[in-house]
Amino acid sequence: MTIDSHKGQETGANGESFENPGLPDHRPRRADVDPKAAKRAERQVVALFTLSVLGTILAVVAYFVFRPGETVESIRYANLFLGLGIFLAMMGIGLGAIHWAKTLMRDHEMVEERHELRSSDETRAAAVEMLKAGAKDSGVGIGRRGLLKGSVIGAMLLAPLALLVPYVGNLGGDWNVSKFKHTMWKKGTRLARDPDGTPIKASDVTIGSVFHVIPEGLNDLPHHELMVEKSKAVVLLVRLNPADLKVQPGREDWSFDGIVAYSKICTHVGCPVALYEQQTHHLLCPCHQSTFDVADGAKVVFGPAKRPLPQLPITVDDEGYIVAQDDFNEPIGPSFWERLK
Amino acid sequence: MRSVALKRHHRAAPMLLLVVLLAAITGVAAVAQTQTAQATTDTVSASDVEEGQKLFAANCATCHGLDAQGQTGVAPSLVGVGAAAVHFQVGTGRMPMQSSGPQAPAKPVQFTEEQISQLAAWVATLGPGPSIPTAEMVDPELGDAANGMALFRTNCAMCHGSIGGGGALTGGKYAPSLMQTTPEHIYEAMLTGPQSMPVFNEANITPEGKRDIIAFLVAQREGYPGGSGLGAIGPVAEGLWGWLLGLGLIVGITVWIGARSS
Repeated sequence: MTIDSHKGQETGANGESFENPGLPDHRPRRADVDPKAAKRAERQVVALFTLSVLGTILAVVAYFVFRPGETVESIRYANLFLGLGIFLAMMGIGLGAIHWAKTLMRDHEMVEERHELRSSDETRAAAVEMLKAGAKDSGVGIGRRGLLKGSVIGAMLLAPLALLVPYVGNLGGDWNVSKFKHTMWKKGTRLARDPDGTPIKASDVTIGSVFHVIPEGLNDLPHHELMVEKSKAVVLLVRLNPADLKVQPGREDWSFDGIVAYSKICTHVGCPVALYEQQTHHLLCPCHQSTFDVADGAKVVFGPAKRPLPQLPITVDDEGYIVAQDDFNEPIGPSFWERLK
Repeated sequence: MRSVALKRHHRAAPMLLLVVLLAAITGVAAVAQTQTAQATTDTVSASDVEEGQKLFAANCATCHGLDAQGQTGVAPSLVGVGAAAVHFQVGTGRMPMQSSGPQAPAKPVQFTEEQISQLAAWVATLGPGPSIPTAEMVDPELGDAANGMALFRTNCAMCHGSIGGGGALTGGKYAPSLMQTTPEHIYEAMLTGPQSMPVFNEANITPEGKRDIIAFLVAQREGYPGGSGLGAIGPVAEGLWGWLLGLGLIVGITVWIGARSS
């Protein structure tokens, strides 16, 4: 089939005609007409395959010479040279094969016509005939063998249950959302340092300090429970100059001499909010840049969060340690359907 | 030395060279050690305080005021910031500030070590504040890097990144990279809370804990097993390389495969 035969007039569906541009003229490559160029291309392909051979040798040698040892440096060299060797070995073969095919292999252009998608009329008629014969054999639509038909439909409707019931049954397994509403904090629980769990005295918290806080006793829990409780109970403890602190109405006794404690779980999607800027009193969430003003009730000053961070009411016990007055008065973290119920 | 070099087969020559080399290394190390020890354990004399006050009046008083009480909206009061704050701010070049802006960046240091300790000596007389740590308090060799990692992850990593590569804050402020910071300056920054950074006093993170953090940070400077860390600032740099360079290379090769040979 020659290329020229494809040029000619074609008619579109709306009757407008346009010129079929056909395929561009065959243009011989430089390697086809110039023996020097062909020789050069051959040398390039050989060079690429040789590069691959050298890469293989490098990888094998590197495996024995650069053993990953104790130091970071030895691991880095082992990775670097083994990886470089494997890269050159594979890349050389790939580039060489493509360059070979593009410059030296036969440069014959051809067109393969796609066959028509629609089946012939005879095939279509035969298919309809077969379907009709099948329906007649089964007796569908004639009112015979009602029990048979009922049983097959019933079986097909029920079969998915064998998959659905275990799937749905395994979802969660625990639908008790009230767990979201309470944390480990209770009246009198001491505020302790994360991660070592030692309690914090009010005198330890100087102005400008920030303490990352867990409830005392958290570290005694078994591992899984510890993680669950920690993810809800973590608190940030900050001491501001009492003159800078805007005490929220109804929370007059929730802070102690400029010391305030706020939940560290962002009210947007629950990332730990912990980037505290001492000079601006702003607390920044690293995930979506929600910014809370610690001096003003941890209200949102920027970003997608909708609610202030819940405040943990604190006071000081007889020994001078900071303790919680109670649990948070609202669920911590992001919204959920039953949050305010 | 000439005769040693000429007689190549002299048996004692390698031994002699080794001894000379070892002596030289030991000497240099000893000198370096005494120098650092001097810098940190200098005793403060009355003349230091006097010199410090002169330096302060000439270089710092424009913003902080002659009595270092600060000016509202311009510069904070330096009463009670202690020698550690001066040693950090001036020793890293952050002060004197080049221009007012969201952040005073670290830049080439403007004073000699002696001038800095004189300034620190004078500021320390204004009110009680944290003093400069001793060489032993900041020696990474004595710290526990594993405990340091736990402390760093809880208290520092949210701003400075998981290995201290630094990161962005709000309004043009940022937490700087800790990769080049000296152990002494890391300690002082925790103690004094410069700029946006909160204070981590000795009751919050103990002196041993601070040394553990320094040990962890210094251990990160060995480099990465995977090659370049791209600044260790997280997914932005990695994404830039992955998407622009990695994907660009793949697109380029694909175009080359599909292109006709000339």
